[in-house]
Amino acid sequence: MKKIEAIVQPFRSEELKAALKNIGITGMTISEVRGHGRQKGHKEVYRGQEYQVDLLPKIKFEVVVADNRLEEVLEVITEAARTGKIGDGKIFVHEVADAIRIRNGDRGDAAL
Amino acid sequence: MNKTLRFARLARGVPYLICLAALSPFAMAAADPESRFTALEAAAKSAQSAGDNAWMLVSAALVLMMTGPGLALFYGGLVRRKNVLGTMMHSFFMMPLITVIWAIVGYSLVFGEATPFIGSLKYLFLEGVGKEPNGDYAATIPQATFMVYQLMFAIITPGLISGAFAERIKFSAMALFTVLWIFVVYFPMAHMVWGKGGFLNAYSGGVIPCFDFAGGTVVHISSGVSALVCALYLGKRQGYPKEIIRPHSLVLSVIGACLLWVGWFGFNAGSALSASGLATSAFVATHFAAASAALGWMGAEWLHNGKPSMLGGISGAVAGLVAITPASGFVKPMPALLIGLAGGLFCFFMATIVKNKFGYDDSLDAFGVHGAGGTLGALLTGVFATNAVNDTQINGKLAPLGLVDGNPMQVVNQGIGVLITVVLAVVGTWVILKICDAVIGLRVTPQEEKEGLDLTQHGEEGYVLEA
Repeated sequence: MKKIEAIVQPFRSEELKAALKNIGITGMTISEVRGHGRQKGHKEVYRGQEYQVDLLPKIKFEVVVADNRLEEVLEVITEAARTGKIGDGKIFVHEVADAIRIRNGDRGDAAL
Repeated sequence: MNKTLRFARLARGVPYLICLAALSPFAMAAADPESRFTALEAAAKSAQSAGDNAWMLVSAALVLMMTGPGLALFYGGLVRRKNVLGTMMHSFFMMPLITVIWAIVGYSLVFGEATPFIGSLKYLFLEGVGKEPNGDYAATIPQATFMVYQLMFAIITPGLISGAFAERIKFSAMALFTVLWIFVVYFPMAHMVWGKGGFLNAYSGGVIPCFDFAGGTVVHISSGVSALVCALYLGKRQGYPKEIIRPHSLVLSVIGACLLWVGWFGFNAGSALSASGLATSAFVATHFAAASAALGWMGAEWLHNGKPSMLGGISGAVAGLVAITPASGFVKPMPALLIGLAGGLFCFFMATIVKNKFGYDDSLDAFGVHGAGGTLGALLTGVFATNAVNDTQINGKLAPLGLVDGNPMQVVNQGIGVLITVVLAVVGTWVILKICDAVIGLRVTPQEEKEGLDLTQHGEEGYVLEA
């Protein structure tokens, strides 16, 4: 099993959710996060006081998939989240040791 | 009261009178013209009193709404989220605190006639303040209405100062500061301008006749200048101006500022102390100044930063409302637009360019808006005040009021009024801060400042997401 952590532009998150649903991925966890990679922040001005805001709002998707679906899912995420501009985000893939469905105790791929 | 004025007031009651006369068996039964006239006069008086009192009670409620929730939301939104409750408390706390002081002794110290500089103990514990009007101040409404209306001004004024020491003052120090300040600065100031025989009272035997319709000097200059002294004395917030200290919710600030705008109708139009044409005139001037000031600030910002901002819009509106406050009952609509525009532009300049140049941390621009806008408004009142708007007579005759009426000296009188206010505010506030610093200490510790006022001063949080 792999956990895919995709940090994407907030305005792409609806498309991404729909695309994942389309290929039968039903479980995911989403959080509002702030961060930056190479993207420069933006300037905000409050009564003449200028601030360089570096940490920009992003949405983080966490999806755990069976090993054999990894490449397909990564492709779909990349496709759905991409605008081609700087700031589109990043995807990290982690090993997952196990998964347990709390309701009935299913383990491993069966729990996804 | 002089005869023509009395007749005019009587005439205003005529429509009510016709109904009353038709319905009143007493009026019908009274045969001889003399007693019938007396009955009519009494009925007219009571009808006018009912109308005036209704408006003044609504106005009092509107002015209270300016402090809570108006100012509490406006200032609360401008600070970081860890200080939202502490900042709202700086406004809200005035509502109970000043009310109790006012009831016991405050009203008396402002409106009990005595010396030119401070009132007497005549109305201590509100003795004799009840349903009967006090002809010295407002002849058609119960003195208790006048008393509670004026109380709302005393509540908001120290609340305005809190913009300067936001996010870093101890609650206990703020409370002590407020109690001392209201006695040392506000009560003398309000007595001088509005109290019978006050030094600056243009209509009641003042030595220097200064026009301040709704509190440009008493409320805005006094609080704004005191705010600057506080900002300088307390010093900057940690990390200011290098670290990012952004408003945590401009949404709250917009709601608050718009409530201020609405409440200001009670503040300015209510200062006519009657539901009269003068109240309407002040209402219109108030609204017009807010509008042109909002456009002025946003326009300046657009040129200067490339974008007009929501914060700029509401800041401008408040600046215009401040600037028109002393002038509202004296000026025509077009000068009101001008005063507003000038207020919006001047306060933009003070709160953005001047503040950043000198580097003082007037955190929420209490000085930049109320001090600067109040001063400009007080001076422009001397220019645009006209007896075409305000025909209240001075020493029994209709006198030219401002420069436009051919009385250039009034600008000088206004200047003296401003100067007295500034001196009293600076000296009074500085001494009070010294006392509070020695007795309690003004600032929270650096660690507490990091954690925020909500947790360290009040033991609660504004936004509990896991609850």
